[in-house]
This record gives sequence, C-alpha cells and structure tokens, in this order.
Amino acid sequence: MIDGELDPVDRALIEATQGGLPLVAAPWAAVAAVVGIGEAEVLERFGRLVEAGIVRRIGAVPNHYRLGLGANGMTVWDVDDAAVDRLGAEIGALDFVTHCYRRPRSLPAWPYNLFAMVHGRTRDEVFEKRGLIAERLAGAVGASDILFSTRILKKTGLRLHAG
Amino acid sequence: MRPPSTPIDLDETDRRIVNGLQGGFPLVPRPYAAAADALGIGEDELLSRLGRLIETGALSRFAPMFDAEKLGGAVCLAAMEVPAARFDDVAAVLEAMPAIAHNYERTHRLNMWFVIATETRAGIGAAQRAIETATGLKVLLFPKVREFFIGMRVDV
Repeated sequence: MIDGELDPVDRALIEATQGGLPLVAAPWAAVAAVVGIGEAEVLERFGRLVEAGIVRRIGAVPNHYRLGLGANGMTVWDVDDAAVDRLGAEIGALDFVTHCYRRPRSLPAWPYNLFAMVHGRTRDEVFEKRGLIAERLAGAVGASDILFSTRILKKTGLRLHAG
Repeated sequence: MRPPSTPIDLDETDRRIVNGLQGGFPLVPRPYAAAADALGIGEDELLSRLGRLIETGALSRFAPMFDAEKLGGAVCLAAMEVPAARFDDVAAVLEAMPAIAHNYERTHRLNMWFVIATETRAGIGAAQRAIETATGLKVLLFPKVREFFIGMRVDV
C-alpha cells in the first residue's frame, strides 16, 4: 500500500482474512503462505492497513443473539443541529452504545438525526440505557423514539470483494 | 426468516475472551500466545475456546474488520414502510438482492430496516431504485453524516 492505495497483495490479504483468521499458533504465517509472501510482510502490511483505518480492528466479532443480548433497540433522537456533533460524540462514548451515527432527517416521516444502537438482555434493560442517553441529551433534544428489532430477515454480514 | 438464535452458556473464561478480544489483536508472530497471556490462560486453551465460540455461534468469526468505504465501497442504512400483508414478499425480494447485507423487522411505521452495501457510491442509488421498482414502495435512505464510534462493544 502506497499513499492509501491498495495493491493486489493488500487485496489478497483482505480476501484471505475477512472470513476469519486461522486458529493456529502462527496465524499470520498461515495467511502469508496462502497469499505467497513472507510473514514479516504480512505483519508490515497489516500495520499499514490499521494505521490507514482500512482495518478498523482485529478480533472477536460477537453474535449478540447467541450471547443472550436478544433485545436490540435503535434509539433515535431529534437533536439541535448546532449541538448534535458534540452530543453525538458523548453518546458514542457511552460503553453500552454499540454504534452511534448522525444521519439526515427525512421529514415529515422521520424527524430524527441521531441514531444510537443499544443492546441488552431484555427490553427493560434497553429502556434503562435509553434513559441514560436521554439525560445526556436533555435540553437539546425534541422528539425521540426507540425501534426494537423483532426479526432478523437477512444477515449475510458485509463481505468485501477486494479484487 | 430466522428467529433470533437461542443464547448459549458461557463460562467466566469465555466471557473474558469475548469481552477482552473484540479488538487489539496483536500484529506479532504468535498473537494468540500474547492475547492468552493477557487473559491469564494458555495459548492452546485460547485457541480451543475460540474454536468452540465460533462453532457454537457465540462469535460470528475472529477476523479483521475492514472499512468498506475506505476500500472504495459504499454502505447506507435504508428503511421502508411495508404493508403487513406484503411484508414477507418484500423481505423475500431483499433476501434475493446481493446488495442487501442486513435486514431487520423493527417496531415502527417504517418497519423494514436494511443496509445496502455496494462496490461503488452510485450502486446505492441503483439498489434503491431497483427495490422501489420491484416493490412499488418508497425506500428512504439514511446515509451517515458522521460516525461517533467505530467499534462494536458487547459486554457479556
């Protein structure tokens, strides 16, 4: 990778690892063997991908439902435009918020511009956490709502076609 | 249409693995040994527990997470108001479209929420139009304006 541009080797590394790292003592060496380069080069390239933000993190990807976190609430808020970036950063830093985004309103159906995803064992637990978000937003928020997921209709995960 | 999976039992060590290894896996030749050390267990034990956590579905995978947009792709949250009588048919339309990564039924008038993921930015609008044409329903797009947290933390 030079100046943020991925070369074919980077792309091969992405393809080789996105489904899972080998569960062997030397996984980077195993990836290196698949891609046809040395282990040191794999480590060096991954270091650059992490630094460039192309790799967000490396580790365990939890399955909320199997972990007993069956209540999934998308809390949505109509926050003053002047305050939403500052408050969004505060909400995103809460340890029970798994994603937090500012998104455009879609009036009149959708007045909300801040989305914060909260998982919990029960809906009560999610409501409780939502209350903590509401406290943080007090004074700068109008309408709000919470959308629980009632069914997973499709979940393929994001698969990148890097090549 | 899969119902949410039933929870599985984790012991204390499993919990520490799930909580402690959601990021920061080291870029060193023996990363599992280093991670196991930090958790106070052996390398072999960590490897066998990770294998079991993946096998039982507690973890979807153990892997690098890439930023699709930085790779030139595009990702966009979208929603539709689907009449109850047509819900399953519309879900089937989205199920068949490769550009739809996730789709959830949610408790709102906008009752179907999904993620469109395409290799180019133009692909998002094309997928939106394709869904609207196939279903006759309006697709609202909610592209991110700003992201305030880029990880996924789960505490079990």
